[in-house]
Amino acid sequence: MANKATIIVHSGDMDKVYSALIIANGALAMGMEVSMYFTFWGLQRLKKGQLEKGPLSKMNMFGLGRWMVKQKMKKVGVASLEKLFQDFKELGGKVLACDMTMEIMGIKQKDLREDLISDYCAVGTYINEAKDSIITLFI
Amino acid sequence: MAEIKVDCIAQTCPVPLVETRKALRKASPGDIVEVTGTHPTSKKEIPMAVKALGLELIDVHEENGVWKIRIRR
Repeated sequence: MANKATIIVHSGDMDKVYSALIIANGALAMGMEVSMYFTFWGLQRLKKGQLEKGPLSKMNMFGLGRWMVKQKMKKVGVASLEKLFQDFKELGGKVLACDMTMEIMGIKQKDLREDLISDYCAVGTYINEAKDSIITLFI
Repeated sequence: MAEIKVDCIAQTCPVPLVETRKALRKASPGDIVEVTGTHPTSKKEIPMAVKALGLELIDVHEENGVWKIRIRR
């Protein structure tokens, strides 16, 4: 077993993407290797200009709940998803994009944040990494 | 040997932990990284990370809600 965490980001909800990135950064800070696999709704957040645009998973109320949570986060001093992503990359984290989702949803590489993505892959790559990871999460 | 200061005052989870790790990665062996912050849980968790990374925790101080953690790379 490697000192590694692999995280599937299936949800594109703002709060869940926050959870995924905070856990991922925490693991890197503790000296672990981390790979994040973005698929389905999670991959939508990697489209250009879409990172901070996810709805709240509960009580979104057509965006009102989301707006209220964002205000509260600003007050408490929570980092933006963009900063968390930049930190994740700086600390050596890997970002993988699911190519099947790209086909289904008609997403091209140029539509995505290629500056953040380390590679494009399918389930085999994930399993190959996950089988040796001491932490695996599906968010 | 350099002393690197990291200011995480008013920052919340996971920023103090992440900024500590960033500074430790940039530091050379023997350098001292000094992190100051106010997020209470980070005061407990940064030492956990130092241990996990196999580095030396020099000391942890707190005064008026501001903590200071010194680490040797």
